Amino acid sequence: MTTIAPPDVIDELLGVTPGSAIDELRARRPVTRANAQASYDALFTPEHPGTVSAVERFAVAAFVTGLHASAATQQYYAEQLANAATAPVAAESARALPQAVAAELGAARTSGPYGAYPAGPLSVEDRDGLRYRVAPERRDVLGARLASALEHAHLLVFRPREASPAALQALLDAGWSTSDIVTLSQLVAFLTFQIRVVAGLELLS
Amino acid sequence: MTTPAQPASSASETIVGDPTDTAEHVIEHPELDRPVVFTQAELGWVPWLEPLPESEFEERHWAGLVDASRAKSPYFALLARDPEILGARTRTDKDIFYNAKEGLPRAERELAATATSRHNGCIFCASVHSRFASHHSKRSDDVQRLLDEGTDAALDPRWRAIVDASVALASTPVALTAGHVAELRAQGLDELEIADVIHGAAFFSWANRLMLSLGEPEAPQG
Repeated sequence: MTTIAPPDVIDELLGVTPGSAIDELRARRPVTRANAQASYDALFTPEHPGTVSAVERFAVAAFVTGLHASAATQQYYAEQLANAATAPVAAESARALPQAVAAELGAARTSGPYGAYPAGPLSVEDRDGLRYRVAPERRDVLGARLASALEHAHLLVFRPREASPAALQALLDAGWSTSDIVTLSQLVAFLTFQIRVVAGLELLS
Repeated sequence: MTTPAQPASSASETIVGDPTDTAEHVIEHPELDRPVVFTQAELGWVPWLEPLPESEFEERHWAGLVDASRAKSPYFALLARDPEILGARTRTDKDIFYNAKEGLPRAERELAATATSRHNGCIFCASVHSRFASHHSKRSDDVQRLLDEGTDAALDPRWRAIVDASVALASTPVALTAGHVAELRAQGLDELEIADVIHGAAFFSWANRLMLSLGEPEAPQG
């Protein structure tokens, strides 16, 4: 991967300046601060990328942050996707991805969490909601692998309580290996953390 | 056909797909005794994907576990398939929850984790962290009410403020407002303590999604 990671993405997203109140607050939790960034590095500039490409990582990230409609974070990952999709190592077909991901967001945004519990006393709390599928006209542009990843990311963001072996089988069927699925799951789940740290600390600044 | 690889966990599991491949299949657990309510009891957890076998661990996988004993846990052995993010995630987790020399008391970090898990619907995470919340607060009945009745259950004002902020932060889009932060301040939390609520709740948006999507809980045996 060729992307150069900034020193601290959360600081960048918050516009933290040295010596500011948030800088001093974060400095009191140096291990948390360093490992939030180490997590970003492991997911987006990995030393061992395996078989998950940079374009795939940033396409999923642009989608997940877009689902949260968190302005600064969404813009950051949209830019990273644009850079990855036009990098010399990226396939020609990747050029169309930023626009395709942005187009998918229109029909994918909703509010959560929702979904069904295992049948039993908790069923009274079941709440129905959007079961997102990639638009048929964009399946070719995204490809089977990325289309299945966006659908899985939507499940994890909005109705994680409905996760299932069948959802993982859909990823395997689309070409994600077991290890790829671990990486994808971590990437989506980490972003739900990073987005919330930024949203929370923003209110303290 | 060669002999199917023997999976690591319970005898009742069913491998779906090509059984000659040791990794690229899902594992279903048709006979599993599933918990159907939130509980403070100790639950098991079974994976839906094959954990990395200990025989395939290299130095970077051991490093990613942070604690070598975690190789025996199907959850951590599965996450060890991407050891660098596992290591960073684990160090984040430990600092947010165990580094309690200053800032928010441990019980209330666990309360934020419990409220987030209850809201997202993670029965497994809620069981672990409700036990910790009860242990550190000695308020097991209050914690149990949160599990039984949900995040609107009656609580004292300080716990109410922490639960409300955690639930708002767990929602998508994020619904945390300056009003939630003002209420935390009104209940006596300083800036570092509020940041600890934010980190504790935010971390469980991460943890819940891994526990919920890579496997499922099992009811206590006996």
